[in-house]
Amino acid sequence: MTTVLESLNAGLHEAFAADERVLLLGEDVLDPYGGAFKVSRGLSTGFPGRVLTTPISEAGITGAGIGLALGGYRPVVEIMFGDFVTLALDQLLNAAGKFGWMYDPAVAVPLVLRTPMGGRRGYGPTHSQTLEKHLLGAPGLTVLAPFHLAADEPGRLLRDTILRTGSPVVFIENKLQYLLPLLDSAALAEFEVELVGNPQAPAYRLGLRDAPPPGLTMAAYGYMAELCRQAIPPLAYEQEIFVELIVTTQLAPFELFPVLDSARRTRHLLTVEEGGRSLGWGAEVLAQAAETIPGLKVNRVAALDLPVPASLALEAAVLPDVNAILRAAVEMLH
Amino acid sequence: MCNPFGVFLRGRLLTRRQPTYVIIPPVDDHARLYRMLFLIRRFEETVLAEFKRGVFSGTTHTSLGQEANAVGVISALSPQDAIFSNHRCHGHFLAYGGDLRALFAELMGRATGVGGGRGGSQHLHWRNFYASGIQGGGAAMAVGRALAFRRAGSQNLVTLFIGDGTFGEGLLYEALNLAALWSAPLLIVVEDNRIAQTTPSELALAGSMTGRFSAFGIPCNELDSSDVLEIQAAATGEAAQIRTTGKPRALILHTCRFGPHSKGDDTRPAGEVQRLQAERDPLRIHAPRLAQAERTQLEQEVEAQVQSAFEQALADPFPQLVEGRP
Repeated sequence: MTTVLESLNAGLHEAFAADERVLLLGEDVLDPYGGAFKVSRGLSTGFPGRVLTTPISEAGITGAGIGLALGGYRPVVEIMFGDFVTLALDQLLNAAGKFGWMYDPAVAVPLVLRTPMGGRRGYGPTHSQTLEKHLLGAPGLTVLAPFHLAADEPGRLLRDTILRTGSPVVFIENKLQYLLPLLDSAALAEFEVELVGNPQAPAYRLGLRDAPPPGLTMAAYGYMAELCRQAIPPLAYEQEIFVELIVTTQLAPFELFPVLDSARRTRHLLTVEEGGRSLGWGAEVLAQAAETIPGLKVNRVAALDLPVPASLALEAAVLPDVNAILRAAVEMLH
Repeated sequence: MCNPFGVFLRGRLLTRRQPTYVIIPPVDDHARLYRMLFLIRRFEETVLAEFKRGVFSGTTHTSLGQEANAVGVISALSPQDAIFSNHRCHGHFLAYGGDLRALFAELMGRATGVGGGRGGSQHLHWRNFYASGIQGGGAAMAVGRALAFRRAGSQNLVTLFIGDGTFGEGLLYEALNLAALWSAPLLIVVEDNRIAQTTPSELALAGSMTGRFSAFGIPCNELDSSDVLEIQAAATGEAAQIRTTGKPRALILHTCRFGPHSKGDDTRPAGEVQRLQAERDPLRIHAPRLAQAERTQLEQEVEAQVQSAFEQALADPFPQLVEGRP
């Protein structure tokens, strides 16, 4: 069974093979180590000279990546932990994201910055965060987070993004999602899955096969989308709550139509995210949905607005799990 | 330093190992250089004067007093080289060949501006020229752009203009490390006007400027001059070295800012600026190399050119937001 990690690794290999302009910059990315999470493993061996292991300089390597992109390359910058993206924020926000707009004619910056977010491994407050909400809404920055379907692999999305983008993309990976096997037809036997949106920024609609019309829309991405999927059968069988799950891969610019389309039918919208509850992705989804759909009932599942603790017991209390999703759904519908 | 031009040189090289630059400019070079120095001077003076009348909006940072850095360095580069400039970028842009009317228009927020009015004074891009308003923000991008040149097998280099104030930014040191580590064909030009906005270097800079480069093994020369020929010769030598070795080098130009940091925010005593103008005016240094009649004619031509560009920009339309532009 292919895991998300293997799929992303294969996607990188395919991108490197397809276009010589693809380069990788990151800390500890050379073989045999192949990056802290091994997503880049094999690239330095397979494509000598195109993988640059770097000093611990997140801003510097992001800037160097932008410069390479200005010079016609398609660099991929690996930031070892998502928490470190704050160090590169100026380069993303004040440079890469702006060049496509503030200059005339627009300047292409085909840069992909990949980084793993997320907790549940006890790494503590500076190695466990889900920080992408701080990147959302910056003009010119696209933020993607893959879903782990075998029929439309995360590696496919990564590969195509690297090969096709003309503007900077932050590709949000997730540490626990790395380990998940891709959802194949056997794993999804109970489910109906439908692709909505375009393949550059797909969204997926998931529901139980042959179920009654859904009464609740869940919106999620990345690893939390997996937890939502796990919550769907017990909600149906134990609570008779039928869920339509909308998984988005493009967090910014905001792609809301599949969520709105579903929420219009169900009249109930629950957002589920691993980032902190306040001022985050879910808040914006619910605000825009409420502006569009009169009488919509809304709720949020998110982390507490605290740093992510190291102790596994404390971490579990701060980050939302499947039970939190079940509780929130029941609260909304009963 | 030997003097290839047979004229009195006001500046002096501070480095112990003095580089030997023997560059003979084409015969028309003195006039061409003076024309550009004068053009930048008159552009900047017009900007400051007209700002008071409300013709321009936002902010601006003029190159007054530092014209010879822009003209000397950029005239030593190849047109295919890339330049990363900063908030004080008008002189660099014009010396690179940027359009006068488009620059006026950009500062006026007009549709015909360099960036269609979206960028303003500090955010200029044309061909291989990029300027942005974050101190040190272009440093690592300059390294990356230089690596792109090298990987593509080109002989081109990147020039990064920074100021003495930029030494406070951490990204600069990441970029210097990367440039040295990866042999980026990069010329770092420091325009040390000894004052960052209102803060003199003594209050902002510990240690030495050259030490910062030598720590990374980046050869560094210093020049305390406002003579465009000296600066051009120094930059030509540096560029030649970089093209030969493929490695980064730094050139520190000790210079003088005649104008305020932005507009009307000069906290220095008036006497100090007057003294700098008397001693270090790049135009006054270069002017005697031209015959009086030639210089007068050239100044009249530039004056008319600046006036015409200004009037045209003033008549240009304001932009409108375009739906769907990303």
